[in-house]
Amino acid sequence: MAMLRKRSSRDVEIPTSSMADISFLLLLFFLVTTIIDVDTGIGLVLPPPVEETDIVKMDPDRIIKVLVNSSGDVLINDEVATLAQIHEIVANKLRAKPKMVVSIKTDRETPYRVYIGALDEIKQAYNILREEYALQTFGAGLKELSKEQMDSVRDNVRQSISIAEPERTR
Amino acid sequence: MKFKKKQASTKQNVPTASLPDIIFMLLIFFMVTTVLREYDIKVQYTLPSATQIEKIDNKRIVTYIWVGRDGRVQIDDNIVVIPEIQSIAAKKRREVPQVIMSLRVDEGSRMGVVTDIQQQLRKGDALRINYSALQKI
Repeated sequence: MAMLRKRSSRDVEIPTSSMADISFLLLLFFLVTTIIDVDTGIGLVLPPPVEETDIVKMDPDRIIKVLVNSSGDVLINDEVATLAQIHEIVANKLRAKPKMVVSIKTDRETPYRVYIGALDEIKQAYNILREEYALQTFGAGLKELSKEQMDSVRDNVRQSISIAEPERTR
Repeated sequence: MKFKKKQASTKQNVPTASLPDIIFMLLIFFMVTTVLREYDIKVQYTLPSATQIEKIDNKRIVTYIWVGRDGRVQIDDNIVVIPEIQSIAAKKRREVPQVIMSLRVDEGSRMGVVTDIQQQLRKGDALRINYSALQKI
């Protein structure tokens, strides 16, 4: 007696309705696991190498010299200050004469942390001035400005931070 | 007289057959656009923190320079000595003209190392730099 396999008449199909859910899960997995770590920091542009440019002697009245020594003491135009005072002093000097160049110089033994702190303070001084300029011309704080207005503020209160030429020690 | 609403005899459901394809497209888009470049960081460092920090939007133009607690310098995946930095910087600059060198320096390092690196970068004509720092709370 032959065994006959019963054949169902239903049409055979893989259910694909859950496919969307599966791919959604995959998508979410990738979205969650990718670490988008944005690099943040203080941007600067270095001066071109000395061989190419002749050293321009600047009028000493136009420079705000910020010297930082190894123990974190600060000298601004030959006046002793502390790190936390830098933004105030520099902002005052820039307010009096806007086109001044801020020159920062450190000792070889100065900790990097202190240098970044000083640079941060100088940036902060410029930010104070920009905020003031924005309030004067547009009547709004820096955060409420449009992109064009922001560019105009940047153009009018230009940052000029210079890294002083290191002295030859070796 | 009663009005009867006419009902279409066709089935009323949104076709979902192409939904997986759409999602897959999204998935592939995200997979392609994320930059997955991980470096083996061979030096130990802690970044300093600052208040006035900016973001770098374009990761593709950034080259990182790490300086560890012990003063060793790493670029990409290699530990380098300071005189080599000039040629590496020049090469990077040729490849990507608008390159930003991001300095990830340990907060306790001495400025001497940083100054030396900066001098090398200047000679290599890679002038845009960024001092990596964390947001000060």
